[in-house]
Amino acid sequence: MSDPIGYRREQPDRQPPYLHPAYGSTVKRAPSRAPVRIVATLSEVTGPSFSKDGWNGPDAADLIHHHEAEPQGQRIILAGRVLDEDGRPVPSTLLELWQCNSAGRYHHEGDQHDAPLDPNFHGGGHVVTGADGGYRFLTIKPGAYPWRNQHNAWRPAHIHFSVFGPAFATRLITQMYFPGDPLLPLDPIFNATADEEARHRLISTYDHSLSEPEYALGYRFDIVLRGRNATPMES
Amino acid sequence: MAKLFPTASQTIGPFFHHGLDRPGWEDLTTEGPLGQTILLEGRIVDGDGQPLGDALIEIWQANAAGRYAHPEDKQAKPLDPRFRGFGRVKTAKDGTYRFTTIKPGAVPGRGNAMQAPHINMTIFARGLLRHLVTRVYFADESANGTDPVLNSIENAAARRTLVAQANGGTPPSYRFDIVLQGKGETVFFDV
Repeated sequence: MSDPIGYRREQPDRQPPYLHPAYGSTVKRAPSRAPVRIVATLSEVTGPSFSKDGWNGPDAADLIHHHEAEPQGQRIILAGRVLDEDGRPVPSTLLELWQCNSAGRYHHEGDQHDAPLDPNFHGGGHVVTGADGGYRFLTIKPGAYPWRNQHNAWRPAHIHFSVFGPAFATRLITQMYFPGDPLLPLDPIFNATADEEARHRLISTYDHSLSEPEYALGYRFDIVLRGRNATPMES
Repeated sequence: MAKLFPTASQTIGPFFHHGLDRPGWEDLTTEGPLGQTILLEGRIVDGDGQPLGDALIEIWQANAAGRYAHPEDKQAKPLDPRFRGFGRVKTAKDGTYRFTTIKPGAVPGRGNAMQAPHINMTIFARGLLRHLVTRVYFADESANGTDPVLNSIENAAARRTLVAQANGGTPPSYRFDIVLQGKGETVFFDV
């Protein structure tokens, strides 16, 4: 068998480091040694496969109609595409998301923030991307919430995204932010990525064509996964 | 030349339960795959030896014959329709985790080399702005001696962090502890 073609190495300034002291939890959790590079084998270029209604379960793209009533908060339609670095769609991959409620509290026993829980909002969903790499969720805009990282620390409103892509090497978990949020310049997690353009790609855009009259505002967020090297031999 | 570049990673945070916790995904044997059923279990700790009670661990592995359930694995070995090769579990408050899976077969490495049987592992947690990747080898596999990735780690103590210890039992248990930082730090990979 010929050697597999690996995925492109990432530019360090476009990804956050492991150790980022401004985000206190990294200090005891960041490995002290740099990760050891593996030149791609079958183990890294393969990964789990998903399909609509496959073992991963049916899509759960509507986060607001599971309970007796709709949750509190601003309804939003969140849509976008999963692409690779060459702009090609990444179809049939599992995209999962989770978020806090509109008051800034997660439906999680560990979240002790003194903001109201919303019995009509749990804040989790997942879809398998379509042939064009596209996805669409119906949810509410999450609130900002305080955390204990530094004095008067507040996380900007965000939604967590998890996506697999075609291979073990393309796995990604990220966070999506909202445009114009005054907390972004103050947030050590958002600012851990040195490259300004890479940071700003984490901010969704308001898309009026996604908004539905009398119903919900539309936000667009595309996710880009690592692309393939041109040849089996890495440069 | 690439037109785009990859989206930056961000931490999973402590509250991923409603997005990622899928009961049952820690057991890869529910459909009755071929091969030896095993437990893969251990504990994950930080640089102070404190357990990570809020981590998420995923595994990806070949089937008992040594083939991945993926279109790019074109080896002339049987696929096992009862084995998808992927698992996920969150750690308990004491930092422990446990998968039920099967022992994978050997898969080829680069060139004509064979790799020893191994499980690919991904670790997410609060405080990890990017996930960590490691490999789980098995102490009772003689092929470890010639595995190219394992033997690229020159320091013997560091190499041992990649080898799960066989603890016997029914089904057989393999113990794989993870140390994020400091003494006994697990070897992590850039894939």
